[in-house]
Amino acid sequence: MAQHKVNYTSSAGLPVALTSIDKLVNWGRSNSLWPLTYGLACCAIEMMASGAARFDFDRFGTIFRASPRQSDVMILSGTLSKKHAEFTRRLYDQMTEPKWVISMGSCANTGGMFNTYATVQGVDRIVPVDIYLPGCAPRPETLQYALMMLQKKIRRESANMNKNVKQRFV
Amino acid sequence: MRKYTPKDTLQKKAYYTDRFWVAPRVPRDEIKEETHFADVVKTLQKYVSESYVELGQLVLHIKPKDNLAVLELLRDKCGYAMCSELSAVDYLAQSGEFEIFYQMLNLTLAKRARVVCRIKQNESIESIVPLFKMANFAEREMFDMFGIYVNNHPYLKRIIMPDDWSGHPLLKTYPLQGDEAASWYEVDKIFGKEYRDIIGPENRDPAKVDRYDTQRFSRVGYEVPFGADPSVEAEAKEIEYSKTAFVNYQKKPKQLKKKR
Amino acid sequence: MQVTTKLTPFFENLNFEREGNTMVINFGPQHPSAHGQLRLVLELDGEQVVKALPDIGYLHRGVEKMAENMTYNEFLPTTDRLDYIASTSNNYAYAIAVEKLLGIEAPRRAQVIRTMLLELNRIMSHLFFLATHALDVGAMSVFLYAFREREYAMDLMESYCGARLTHSAVRIGGVPLDLPTGWLVELQAFLEKMPENIKLYEDLLTENRIWKMRLENVGVISAEDALSWGCTGPMLRGSGVKYDIRKEEPYELYGELEFDVPVSDRCDSYGRYRLYIEEMKQSVKILHQLIPMHEESEPQLMAHAPKYISAPKEEIMTQNYALMQHFVLVTQGMRPPKGEVYVPTESPKGELGFYIKSEGEPYAYRLKCRAPSFFHTGLLQKMLVGSYLADVVTIIGSTNIVFGEVDR
Repeated sequence: MAQHKVNYTSSAGLPVALTSIDKLVNWGRSNSLWPLTYGLACCAIEMMASGAARFDFDRFGTIFRASPRQSDVMILSGTLSKKHAEFTRRLYDQMTEPKWVISMGSCANTGGMFNTYATVQGVDRIVPVDIYLPGCAPRPETLQYALMMLQKKIRRESANMNKNVKQRFV
Repeated sequence: MRKYTPKDTLQKKAYYTDRFWVAPRVPRDEIKEETHFADVVKTLQKYVSESYVELGQLVLHIKPKDNLAVLELLRDKCGYAMCSELSAVDYLAQSGEFEIFYQMLNLTLAKRARVVCRIKQNESIESIVPLFKMANFAEREMFDMFGIYVNNHPYLKRIIMPDDWSGHPLLKTYPLQGDEAASWYEVDKIFGKEYRDIIGPENRDPAKVDRYDTQRFSRVGYEVPFGADPSVEAEAKEIEYSKTAFVNYQKKPKQLKKKR
Repeated sequence: MQVTTKLTPFFENLNFEREGNTMVINFGPQHPSAHGQLRLVLELDGEQVVKALPDIGYLHRGVEKMAENMTYNEFLPTTDRLDYIASTSNNYAYAIAVEKLLGIEAPRRAQVIRTMLLELNRIMSHLFFLATHALDVGAMSVFLYAFREREYAMDLMESYCGARLTHSAVRIGGVPLDLPTGWLVELQAFLEKMPENIKLYEDLLTENRIWKMRLENVGVISAEDALSWGCTGPMLRGSGVKYDIRKEEPYELYGELEFDVPVSDRCDSYGRYRLYIEEMKQSVKILHQLIPMHEESEPQLMAHAPKYISAPKEEIMTQNYALMQHFVLVTQGMRPPKGEVYVPTESPKGELGFYIKSEGEPYAYRLKCRAPSFFHTGLLQKMLVGSYLADVVTIIGSTNIVFGEVDR
């Protein structure tokens, strides 16, 4: 092996790799998903736990950002009340394209156990959702798996945003 | 014939109650002489119409107009320095009244007392914010949940529900799953009334499965492509399970032949 | 492609009469240190807060309304979601209120297990407070360390009840399960490691110059104000009023246990931070005392009250009457006697009490949850005035509010 050693930095630069633009862009997008720190309820605690020492979200390139303008993924973690719904939509509108939404926990998926006057019965009435994550509250491993699924989904998508028009209305 | 629903209460009822069932009552004890509670009742003799000890706590029934005077006496003369909770109970169906309770705490003797008064439906009650600042939030919540007006409150406004909400949720006449306005609240607010048809009504049945909605549901073994025409019945397919579960880790990998 | 919405740029109809050069800013409901969904409207003069208006209700889920439409046992898992940092303390507060209404008492072993879980939850909650408070103030490494230890406590809870966050580990009348084998050994190991870890946090924070500068004399609340605004728990004890419900109105096994109630008369955020640290040490001490108590107690786990509580599984499977009673209790729910009850307990945040009004029906006529955080949020409109904008985050952090129980 030793005689074939190439010093990339000094002589020839990086080797050429051929790929499609789609794959290159999606590789970048999927490996640096920055979620919005958007804690709604109980699931937010598990979201924090997955960002902390044991579960270490950072190794997926996932760094929580406090501003919607800098983030790609909105993790709706917990019960969305009707009073809060407009703020969620506003934050979603403020995020830059491309953007994805993970609905975390039963409450966000369907309203869950809170089948009352004050909760939105499923956040997909407000924003389009890419990944539904079951559980009450889902474990951090579940959130990590959901993120990996989202990465898989992004890698399948076209890099051209106009092709990825969301099928559903909201 | 339309099914009869009672109009004064929309809360859940026991589906079966024995005809001869008489609910027992938690024992109400007499106030013993020479105790702290007896002193309290003696101090408030003028105002108290009924007093007893229920499960270790003193209960005082007063007239609603005396609430400020009674609580001030309790605080200054009897040492009940903290009001830990206040709220209301809806008795509109039974007697057209609200019951308002103030839960008081004596920190030095570790005793608790409950001051109870009843107001009619359209009456208002005097605010206790001058005595206990905690009532600022608690009375706002009571107004929000029951629609009870509180006189001389510094900032009586809805606190928990949004300002443009209609109805007071904790009334017995308010259904658990909300009225018509509540069910469309977020759609009207964000997209406007004209989008109600597009978004559709709320699904209140969490176990609902719509087999013709191929965008949100899939039938295992009868899968169709995402968004396909649901009217065409799909052919039954063999369910393919992930093969990774059956990997034989004991088997040694085959040696790859060298291509040379 | 974006669907246009009706949402217009946001102008609040503020009730402030603004004079001069003040500025009104909106804080939350989505703010990384708003502890969930607190919204504050702040009026600023330069950098000083002139007026603060907390706006809550963004996590209102109608829990009290649900209680009126659920049988007593059905409602118990819902109480998990009130203060979701320390779920068992909510379960327990609700269960003890119903038990008092029914006039039953849990057997000795159930009491030991409950007290253990309560104290374990207190440690978890205080670690969470420390982590988020430190993160808000800017000490990131404490966040990582505190969450590491919290995971060990979560593992203990998980091996007992199977859930990390929403435990439902307490039932009305006792506990559902005995401790699994080896649990106490794990607990012992956790407790032996804990003082070292607490020392680590103290080394990192207590004498840290930045930490002291950010916390000392910030969020000052006098004893009179604390009483008037309904503060309880560490907020009250941080202002020099020594009142701990575990000590003054003992419930469960706290009457037999030996522990101190730490008090601080500093009245500021730093004093409260020291209190939380001391309380964790006391919880460790209590847990050490509880471990031998478990073996000494009889193995009965649920109270014997056939009118209200199902018999143990073996009896249901073998005796006809127990099965019938179980069927009635599951389908119709228990019917407590008429009456009203308010039972205070000392949750990690303060006085958590459930007021239950029963009319002899299987559904509660009215349930009111006295949540400590609700009143601590109300206090913000007093406490924030006069502080600097940068301290707002510190003050919110040191009140340790959880929005599940503020909005209910």
